[in-house]
Amino acid sequence: MLHEVEVLRRFAPPRLGRFVVPALLLLLILFPFVVNAAFYVHLMILVFLFAYLGQAWNILGGYTGQVSLGHAVFLGLGAYTSTLLFEWYGVSPWIGMIAGGLVAMAFGLIIGLPTFRLQGHYFAIATIAVGESVLALFNSWDLVGGASGIYRTIVPESWWAMQFHSSKDPYYFIALGLVVTIFTVTRLIERSRLGYYFRAIKEDPDAAKSLGIDTTRYKLYSMMISAFFTGLAGTLYVQYLLFIDPEMVFLLMLSIQICLVPVLGGVGTLWGPAVGAAILIPISEFTRGYLGGSAAGLDLVVYGALIMLVAAYKPAGIMGLLRKAS
Amino acid sequence: MTLLKVENLTKRFGGLVANDDVSMYVERGEIVGLIGPNGAGKSTFFSTVSGYYRPDGGKVYFDGEDITGLPTEKVCLRGMTRTFQIVKPFSDMTVLENVMVGAFARSARVSEVRDRALEVLEFVGLADRRDFPAAGLTIANKKRLELARALATEPKLLMLDEVMAGLTPRETQEAVELIHRIHERGITLFIVEHVMEVIMPISDRVYVLDGGRKIAEGPPQEIAENEEVIKAYLGERYHAARG
Amino acid sequence: MAAVNTVEILVQTAVSGLLWGFIFALISVGLTVIFGVMDIVNFAHGDFLMVSMYGAFVLYSFWGLDPLLSLPLVVAFMFGVGVLTYRLLISRVLDAPMLAQIFATFGLLVFLRGAAHLIFHADYQSIKNPILSGSFELFGVTMSVPQVVAAVGAMVITGLVYWFIMKTETGWALQAVAEDKEAASLMGIDSEWMYSLAWGLGSACVAIAGVLLSNFYYIFPEVGVMFGLIAYVAVALGGFGSVTGALVAGVIIGVAEVLGGFLIGPEYKYVIVFLIYLAVVVLRPKGLMGKA
Repeated sequence: MLHEVEVLRRFAPPRLGRFVVPALLLLLILFPFVVNAAFYVHLMILVFLFAYLGQAWNILGGYTGQVSLGHAVFLGLGAYTSTLLFEWYGVSPWIGMIAGGLVAMAFGLIIGLPTFRLQGHYFAIATIAVGESVLALFNSWDLVGGASGIYRTIVPESWWAMQFHSSKDPYYFIALGLVVTIFTVTRLIERSRLGYYFRAIKEDPDAAKSLGIDTTRYKLYSMMISAFFTGLAGTLYVQYLLFIDPEMVFLLMLSIQICLVPVLGGVGTLWGPAVGAAILIPISEFTRGYLGGSAAGLDLVVYGALIMLVAAYKPAGIMGLLRKAS
Repeated sequence: MTLLKVENLTKRFGGLVANDDVSMYVERGEIVGLIGPNGAGKSTFFSTVSGYYRPDGGKVYFDGEDITGLPTEKVCLRGMTRTFQIVKPFSDMTVLENVMVGAFARSARVSEVRDRALEVLEFVGLADRRDFPAAGLTIANKKRLELARALATEPKLLMLDEVMAGLTPRETQEAVELIHRIHERGITLFIVEHVMEVIMPISDRVYVLDGGRKIAEGPPQEIAENEEVIKAYLGERYHAARG
Repeated sequence: MAAVNTVEILVQTAVSGLLWGFIFALISVGLTVIFGVMDIVNFAHGDFLMVSMYGAFVLYSFWGLDPLLSLPLVVAFMFGVGVLTYRLLISRVLDAPMLAQIFATFGLLVFLRGAAHLIFHADYQSIKNPILSGSFELFGVTMSVPQVVAAVGAMVITGLVYWFIMKTETGWALQAVAEDKEAASLMGIDSEWMYSLAWGLGSACVAIAGVLLSNFYYIFPEVGVMFGLIAYVAVALGGFGSVTGALVAGVIIGVAEVLGGFLIGPEYKYVIVFLIYLAVVVLRPKGLMGKA
């Protein structure tokens, strides 16, 4: 049997300190001014986007323990909402972003209500089923562009239209802003009753109920928060690429990538998604860049092998590693 | 005054009758024991009364109100909290965090909840282990934690399901003392226990279940001499070994 | 006249759905055998199907071996792949959280799909002029020979798997390990060996389905995606671990997909399948035949 004190030491969370976070933030703000290569700015935008999406997933999948493999649906709904609002009614993507978040949240509520009774794989597969169904619906829904998607109307660059053509920097700062928002929100949740209840539900729903927690209600809260923030990112995604089609936003592969980020970094930890995205996205971009061209598929082989290695040898993710070290 | 009143409770699982027409009551300020051989339906009874299962028949009144069929979480918020025979700590959370989850039932303010949880940990004697992960505690301490978590919800009635099973004699003694101190704080206790010797001295009254039916009730001395109870227990071979 | 035609087409469609259903069933049975024994979903199951189809394709294009003849070779090979997968990968995540298990097999999926792209490129391949080809008419319904053979083969194999698990000593040992690993080991059953067997068996099932499919279906790196998805849905629909459940669910899905695709529109055929799944699990959270 482990001695109690020994376990205590292993459990001590890594402290990132009061200074590390502001310093990191400052570095990230300065980054585009120092590094002028468009590729690296692009890479950082992707890292931010996936750190953000991973964290939004983490609220539901990591903290609350409801493994969703269909989170791309929320991203897609957010992206389509703001796109259509802009293309049809000329509504600013900033408003579209909030509207997209709300649509995603409402959809999360609708699918959460009947599916939260399901456990483990049944829930995970239900989220896949929802995702694939929405994909098929959008593919054949001509009103919203069907399978061929929507090329966004290009307008002169402005913050109002959230379109920038001369530089990627504005996108960089929007992405950074989103990341700061989601990490702040997650931190606040972590330290509030909500966060304690989410974790309690994940660890033992029966015990949670016995302590007065309405587990269904809190799972729905978690789902709504997670879906809302995932939906917000849809707008940035589509504004950045200025194009949208169902395969781009509703694919199962995207859902899987979203949850792979926190899985790699450490599920249910605040910094897990950041660590996961900082490792995963460069690897996947570089392998695609260097290996993808000459030998299509080799990048996937490397990527797949990497996922297997992490799953088999470090199931607690990189943060689990840090935890043990400290 | 009656705090808990259970009338003609019946619970079936498929064709199996786990509780058959069982009636019990608990007065405010009492310690009431519920005993019976293994498989008598004690845990099922607790689970049904506290809202885990919907009863197939009968009524449950708590604090003067009908709570039949009310889900566990609502029952808890009304002031009845139960613990589990097989402890269910939130393993990846610290001892303090575990208890805070309980205390959040009464307040959403973190500082207040934290203070309350620390006070409860002090009371049950786990304060020095507050930053330990619950997974690393010994069985005896896990049971204490289970108690502390339930206490933190500020119950009027605490339902304990075999909190002393599996403890050493010394740990059992400590648990009994703790139960007395909980009682002194004005909390009513309803305790399921398999081992008669432990429960008899601390209970004001005792109920006995066998085969899902109530076979006896009364003061401990009477129960100890009750023919039917002795028969029910003698039917159990390993009772002697365990007691 | 028009009415007669509609009925004819409906019958034709239903028969085609039924034939597909049995193939889905066999794929799903492979998945459910693994899950039933060790509570792990192999997300690369569809890609095992893809590997088997390429196996048949390679043997055909390099050595002229007809799929009917290469069947035992591919099945033996995939049995080995299954056992290896268990030994090298799955045995490490047996007690890990569900997410680690999902990602272990998901990594395998990405790996295999990438390898297929690397070796065979994204082109659609097919086996031209296999022994099983052509079609025949029965009671006015046209049926393709390879599809009927595949369906019948799938039915037979599903029956064999059921018989093996229910009626043989090894099958009982598998069930015992599934029920309670510790108790089984006290009875002298080696759970490691049983887990390997389950993976071998599950992969062999999907290999048979793959080779039979390769007679009449295109082969490409993503071919496993939809078959895999359908298999997860079928297995969950039938109740994880239940062979009969997988069979029934496979057939339901086959008929629903083809019939629904015909009646409502081919773009919605998978939506119908997923909606059936959602409807069933919302009402019965453990699937049609799952243990509560």
